Amino acid sequence: MSAQADTHDDHHHKETFVTKYIFSQDHKMIAKQYLITGTIMGVVGVIMSLMMRMQIAWPEEPNVIFQALLGKWAPEGVMDADIYLALVTIHGTIMVFFVLTAGLSGTFSNLLIPLQIGARDMASGFLNMVSYWLFFLSSIIMVLSFFVEAGPAAAGWTIYPPLSALPMAQGGSGAGMTMWLVSMAIFIASSLLGSLNYVVTVINLRTKGMSMTRLPLTIWAFFVTAIIGIVSFPVLLSAALLLIMDRSFGTSFFLSDIFIQGEVLHYQGGSPVLFEHLFWFLGHPEVYIVLLPALGITSEIIATNSRKPIFGYRAMIVSILAIAFLSTIVWGHHMFISGMNPFLGSVFTFTTLLIAIPSAVKAFNYITTLWKGNLQMNPAMLFSIGLVSTFITGGLTGIILGDSALDINVHDTYFVVAHFHLVMGISALYGMFAGIYHWFPKMFGRMLNKNLGYIHFWVTAVCAYGVFFPMHFIGMAGLPRRYYTNSNFPLFDDLQDVNVIITVFALIGGVFQIVFLYNLFASMFYGKKAIQNPWRSNTLEWTTPVEHIHGNWPGEIPHVHRWAYDYSKPGHDEDFVSQIVPLKEGEEELQH
Amino acid sequence: MTALLSILVLVFILVAIWQMVKIFDLTQSVTARSDNQVANDKDNKINGYLMLGFLVFIYVITIICFVKWGDLPLMSNSASEHGPGIDNLMIISMIIIFFVQTVTQFLLHYFAFKYRGEKGKKALFYADNNKLEAIWTIIPVIVLAVLIIQGLFTWTTIMNVNEENDPLILELYAQQFNWKARYGGEDNTLGKANVRLIDINRANILGVDESDPNAQDDVITTELHLPVGRPVLFKMRSQDVLHSAYMPHFRAQMNCVPGMITQFGFTPTVTTEDMRETPEMQDKVANINKIRVDKSKDLVAKGEQALDPYVFDYLLLCNKICGKSHYNMQMKIIVETPEEYNAWIKTQKVFKDSLID
Repeated sequence: MSAQADTHDDHHHKETFVTKYIFSQDHKMIAKQYLITGTIMGVVGVIMSLMMRMQIAWPEEPNVIFQALLGKWAPEGVMDADIYLALVTIHGTIMVFFVLTAGLSGTFSNLLIPLQIGARDMASGFLNMVSYWLFFLSSIIMVLSFFVEAGPAAAGWTIYPPLSALPMAQGGSGAGMTMWLVSMAIFIASSLLGSLNYVVTVINLRTKGMSMTRLPLTIWAFFVTAIIGIVSFPVLLSAALLLIMDRSFGTSFFLSDIFIQGEVLHYQGGSPVLFEHLFWFLGHPEVYIVLLPALGITSEIIATNSRKPIFGYRAMIVSILAIAFLSTIVWGHHMFISGMNPFLGSVFTFTTLLIAIPSAVKAFNYITTLWKGNLQMNPAMLFSIGLVSTFITGGLTGIILGDSALDINVHDTYFVVAHFHLVMGISALYGMFAGIYHWFPKMFGRMLNKNLGYIHFWVTAVCAYGVFFPMHFIGMAGLPRRYYTNSNFPLFDDLQDVNVIITVFALIGGVFQIVFLYNLFASMFYGKKAIQNPWRSNTLEWTTPVEHIHGNWPGEIPHVHRWAYDYSKPGHDEDFVSQIVPLKEGEEELQH
Repeated sequence: MTALLSILVLVFILVAIWQMVKIFDLTQSVTARSDNQVANDKDNKINGYLMLGFLVFIYVITIICFVKWGDLPLMSNSASEHGPGIDNLMIISMIIIFFVQTVTQFLLHYFAFKYRGEKGKKALFYADNNKLEAIWTIIPVIVLAVLIIQGLFTWTTIMNVNEENDPLILELYAQQFNWKARYGGEDNTLGKANVRLIDINRANILGVDESDPNAQDDVITTELHLPVGRPVLFKMRSQDVLHSAYMPHFRAQMNCVPGMITQFGFTPTVTTEDMRETPEMQDKVANINKIRVDKSKDLVAKGEQALDPYVFDYLLLCNKICGKSHYNMQMKIIVETPEEYNAWIKTQKVFKDSLID
C-alpha cells in the first residue's frame, strides 16, 4: 500500500494565516480545531448538567447562577420547568454528538490515522476541511437555539414525536426544534464526510509493511467506528428529514390520532414507534461510536505505559468487530415497553446480552495487560485505568437493563442515567482525556503538566463515582428521570439527601475541570518543550519531527516491519522497539 | 441559603485551583531542567498507592450505598403476582454483578498498585494465551445463558396477556398532564373510542363512541381502583404525546402511544391497607414523615405552610418525557377487597349519564 503518490511531499505551498489556521486541509490542524471546538462544547454541556443537578438538589430555590446564565428562563433566580427540559435535551445532544462523537473521533481519528498508518495526510484533505466546518456550523446553530423566543428543543435528546413534532405540545418544539433538526442534519453530513475519509484512508494509504494485522488498535477502533457511523447515521438523517416533513409539510409519518389544546389534528396513520426504531437504529450504535475510539485509545496507552504488549491483540480486534456487528442489532432494548411486539423484546434481550461477551473479553484483556507490567503512571495511564474501572462498573448494570423483564421496572429511571453515564459518558470522556494527555506532545510540541494531570484525574475519578454510584439506588427506588422536581411525590422524599450528595460531588467534579482547561490552554503556549518520543512508544507518529510539517515525514515515509506492541521484547536492549525497526536475524514476529 | 452555600463552596474551590496554578508555575520553573513531565518512580509509587486507596473507596462507597440506601430500592414488597419473579431475577443479577464487580475492580487496581513502574525493572513479554481467553469467553457465555433463559421466561410470562381468565378490562388514558381510567362497566367491555369523537361541550373527554352499546355503561374516573386478586388488563391510549404508565410497586410499565392501543396486564396481590401495615412500609413512611417534619420547621419559619404528613398510596407516574408538567403527572391507585371495589364502582356515574346534552 505504499503506492501513495508523494504528491504533497515536503514541497511547501505558500501558506497564509487563513489556509494554515482556519481553512486548513492539514489533518493535524483539523484535529486541533476539533479538539478546541469539542472542548468548548464540553464546557457548555457540563455547565448545563451542573445547573440541572442544582435544580434537582435544591428545587425551586432562587439561585444567582440560574439568574445569571438563564436570564428570562429563571425569573428571580427560580428555574423554569420548560428550561429544565431544554437543559436535559441540549446537554444530552451536546455531550453525545458534539463532544464524544465529533470531539473524540474528530480529534483523534484525524490526528492519528495518517500518523499511525504512515500516510502524508487524509485521503481527501478538502473533504476533511469541509467536515470540520460543517461541524463548526452545526455547533453554532445548536448553541444559538438557546436564543430563540420560545426556547431550545426540550423533548429529550431522543426527540420522540409527537412531543417534538407539535409546537403546541411544548415551547421548545417550535423554532428551537427546527434549529435542533437543522443542526443535526448538518452534523450528520459532517460526520459522514469524516467517516468516509477515515475508512478510505485506512484502506488505501497504509505505508509499506503496515498490514491490517500490524495496525495499532487505535486505528482498528477508529476504522470500525467510522464504518458503524456510515451504516447508522444516514438512518437518523432520514428520521430527522421525515420529522421535518411531519412538522412543516403536514405528512403523517410519525403522527396519528392527536387531540391537543382543544382540537383534533389531521394526522392519520403514522406511528411514533417507527420513529423510535429509526432513532435507535442510530442511537444504539452511537453508544459504540462514542465508546470504541475511547477503548482504542486506551488499548494503545495501557500497552505503552505497561511496557508490555497488549494482551490478546487478535481477540481485541475480534471483540471490536463483534461489538460493531452486534451494536447494529440491539437497538430494540431501548423500546421494550414502547408498545412493540413482546416477542421482539425477547429477540433484543438475546442479542443485547450477547454484547456482554466481547465486552468482558476486552475488560479481562486490559487487566491481563497490566499483570506483571512495569506501569508508568502518567496521567494518560491513570485515565485509561479509570476507563476500565468505569467501563466495568457501568457495563455490568447493562445486564439488568438489557434484560427485558427487569427493564420494565427500571426503564427511564435514574438507574438508566447512572448506567449510561458510567459506561459511555464517563468512560468515553476518560478515553478523550487519556488521548489528550498522551498525544498532546504530538499535537502541540509541548508537554502537559503532569501534577495538574494527577489532581485532575483523582478528583474526577472520586467525583464520577460519587455522582453515579448512588444514582443507581435512587433509580432502583423508582425515581423517574427528567423530572423538574420531585417535590410533588412525598414517596420520594427520602431520596432527597442522596440527590444533594450527588449534586455536591457533581459541583466539585465539574468545577475541577478548570484544572484541566488551565493545563490544556496554558501548556499549549508555556508547557515544557516535548522531545520526539516522550512515552518511548512504538507507533509511527513518534517518528515524525516534533515541529509539524506538511506531509508529516521529511523525506520518505518509513516502512513498517513489525506490529505495534513489541514492548519489553526479550533480545532487545530497550523496552520498546519501534515499528520501523527491521526484525533481527532469527527474530520471530511474535504476535497474534 | 443553599445557593449561598454552593457559591461559597465554588469560591473555595476556585481559591484552591488558584493555589494549584501557582504550584504549576513553580514546578515549571524550578524543575524545568530535571523534570520532563513524564512519570518517574516517585509518581509511579504515589499513584500506585492511590490506586489501592481508590479500590478501597469503591468498596466503601458500595457498602455505604447498600447499607444506607439498600432498603430504598423496590426489590422487595412487590404488590403484584408477577412482581416476585422480577425481584428474584433482579436479586440474582445483582449478586452476579456484585461478585464480578468486586473481583475485577480488585484485580484492576491491585495490579495497578503491584506492578507500578520502577527504573530498571522489565515487564514480562506476554502477548497471548488462547486458553485464558477461551476461559473468559466461555464463563460469561454460561452466566449470560442462564440470565437470558430466566429473563426470557419471566418476560414471556409477564407479557402474555390474555382475556381467558376473566380479567378486569380497563382503559388508561393519558393526556398532558393527567391520567384517566375507563372501566368496562357491567359488561366488562370497553366501548369504542377515538380522539376524533372528543366533544368537550358534551363532556365526552375521552372520545368514546356514543352510539356504541358497549360504551353506555363505561365508567370514567380520575382514581384507579383495583380489586385485589383479580387479573387486570390495561388497554392504554394517549391523546397527544407519548406517555408512560409506570406503576413501580406492581413492577409494571408500558408506554401510551397516540394512534395505537398498548396493553399490559397484572394481578394486584396486596391491598393498599395491607401494604400500609407491612413493617417495611411503616419504617419507610415514618422516615419520610420525619424528613417532612424537619422540612416543615424551615417552611414555617419562613412563614409558609407546613407539609401534610405522608400516608402511603400506590401511584401511577408518567415516565416518558411529555412536556412542561411531566414531573407532576400522577394518579392514585387504590387496591381494595372485591366488596369495597364493587361498592365503589356502583357510586360512579356511567358514561351515558355523564354526557351533557
